[in-house]
Amino acid sequence: MKLLQSLNVIAQCKKYRISLWQCPSFLFLIMGIIICLVAIISYLIGTRYITEPRIVALIVLIVCAILLILSFIITNSFEKLIEANRLKSEFINIVSHQLRAPLSNLSWAIELLMSGGLGRIEREQLDYFKILKENSDRMKDLVKDLLIVSKIDSAQLSLKKEEFNLEELTREIIKEFEYFAKASNCQIEFFAKENLPKIFGDRYQLRQVIENLLDNAIRYTKEKGKVTIKIKKEKNFILFEISDNGVGIPREDQKFIFQKFFRASNVLKHKTQGTGLGLYIAKEIIERSGGKIGFKSQEGVGSTFWFTLPIKS
Amino acid sequence: MKKKILIIEDELALQKTFSDILEKEGYQVISALNGESGLMLAKKENPDLILLDLILPQKDGFEVLKELKKDETTNEIPVIVLTNLEDIQSVERAVELGAKTYLVKAQYTLKEVIQKIKDELEK
Repeated sequence: MKLLQSLNVIAQCKKYRISLWQCPSFLFLIMGIIICLVAIISYLIGTRYITEPRIVALIVLIVCAILLILSFIITNSFEKLIEANRLKSEFINIVSHQLRAPLSNLSWAIELLMSGGLGRIEREQLDYFKILKENSDRMKDLVKDLLIVSKIDSAQLSLKKEEFNLEELTREIIKEFEYFAKASNCQIEFFAKENLPKIFGDRYQLRQVIENLLDNAIRYTKEKGKVTIKIKKEKNFILFEISDNGVGIPREDQKFIFQKFFRASNVLKHKTQGTGLGLYIAKEIIERSGGKIGFKSQEGVGSTFWFTLPIKS
Repeated sequence: MKKKILIIEDELALQKTFSDILEKEGYQVISALNGESGLMLAKKENPDLILLDLILPQKDGFEVLKELKKDETTNEIPVIVLTNLEDIQSVERAVELGAKTYLVKAQYTLKEVIQKIKDELEK
């Protein structure tokens, strides 16, 4: 029974949650086929040029043995790599889960103190509370991103399907970013076509997407920044578009922009904070919601990111 | 007559934060650090609302919900679940067991949670 299970290559690959071509069992099977072919070919060549059958048999055996050892080493190291990768995802998952509880306790306690509910706070003290709040929020955001990434990596990200108004959500988010935009000397403009239909998706996760895009647009802006958000209906989907006049993405970096942990070379120069996870998460969430995501960008001129989402039928 | 809120939460930090702010808002707050004593208090004190964590020592939040709904004296009390569990299965299970509102801690500010509590009590 166990032998039969180990023969079921596809089921094993599913266990690792990777594509067939990266799966050690599948590679081992392919290697086996190659070894058989090589054995036949070396036999054919051998019998043609060498008359002594024992030498032919020996050559065939040696070639097969070398290939077998090689394939064993390769698949074995593959297996170890995959195991290490799985442990890494698990580690991130556990750490971020464990960090979340103390971080919400911290940020709620600070919020309570800052609200003045427990007694008035002096102006100078308030500045320090603001620093505490900002930094605990930053940690919270980072942990949130790591958690989503670990869920994506282990195929555990489940998206809710609820009906909601994208325009309303966008207005909410813009309001939250007002302070950050002002501090960055950046102006946000918003245009939405009237009577837009509702969309169908996970409101909380799509909020992350829009927040990430807006945060990027403001963060990588130059002085006197301008961010324009447009929402309109196209055929059977809704198009969300966000343009900025910021630093743009260098041409050679553009194909990597949606990769995990990738940060463009020119933003590293600006030393702004960022993890390189935002766009990776955005792409995964949009694609899993049945939409598409993309961008146009020119270094020094600005970027336009867009995504589409299906309209509720 | 002050409205009474029962907090069932094992994190002392959150117990304190919520007791302080809710008392400032004019509510009477009672608290329990585990599911078992939470249930007992719910039966004895008959609160107007219960704020319930799901991961709790002794009896977990799901158990508490189940028993609250079984008992005639407590099955009318609205329950707001406040937890770090955000997988859909947990949400569905809690709602099925009768939770009125389900809040994931990391997704809300303190102000928003308090607002949800007020909204529920004003219904």
